[in-house]
Amino acid sequence: MSKKLLFVFRTPPYGNQLAREALDMALACAAFEQPVAIYFCGAGVWQLLPQQEPASIGQKNLGAALSALPMYDIEEIYVDAEALQSNGIATETLALDYRPMQREEFPALADQFDVVLNF
Amino acid sequence: MAMKFSILVLGSPYSAQSVQTALQFTDAALNAGHEIYRVFFYHDAVHCGTALSQPPQDSQSIPEAWQQLGVQHDLDLVICISSALKRGILDEKEADRYDKPAANLLPAMELSGLGQWVDACLSSDRVVSFGG
Repeated sequence: MSKKLLFVFRTPPYGNQLAREALDMALACAAFEQPVAIYFCGAGVWQLLPQQEPASIGQKNLGAALSALPMYDIEEIYVDAEALQSNGIATETLALDYRPMQREEFPALADQFDVVLNF
Repeated sequence: MAMKFSILVLGSPYSAQSVQTALQFTDAALNAGHEIYRVFFYHDAVHCGTALSQPPQDSQSIPEAWQQLGVQHDLDLVICISSALKRGILDEKEADRYDKPAANLLPAMELSGLGQWVDACLSSDRVVSFGG
């Protein structure tokens, strides 16, 4: 049996462990053969920045961990385009393959999933 | 129509309001005749599993409130083991395994892995997450 799970990632990569633990949960669900998708919005878009170097603050690289998503068959990655723009993030530098979305598309997206988890 | 809910709790018991909200929601759902399939405590919410919380005189212990709700309704209260170990919430088995001076897990709670949450998602009609 399987259910489609949508993970909403809204928190930044560092400063709190929630982003890391949210990713661990998404990977665990995928490891248990559940179809998983991720929607980055709000401060979560900061997780997508390339060349993160958190060793100096005693943390493991979350950006590098995200690049493992395709290995877990997590390929449905959506990003709030407005959040990228309002945070001044240069999209050409982002390493992950993702589909940019407008906010008003989110309800229709969430509707496609059986479970929506918020982090 | 009675539904099966699973609850994901993410906040820390005395820092986040969301833990109290989760407690009240769970209680309300049970009183309305729904089933709580599992409560999964993840991230900082593993602190709900401590038997050592001593609140001030005029407050209730939130971990103790979960313990009581768990016993009263025979709930499956699961504390995520990977989040718990690093935060110092251990049962006897883990305390022995890692040679720690004490164990502190509440009796109605159980340490287990993320697989229990995956199972909860598959087995429940609705999943509700609180805080983070």
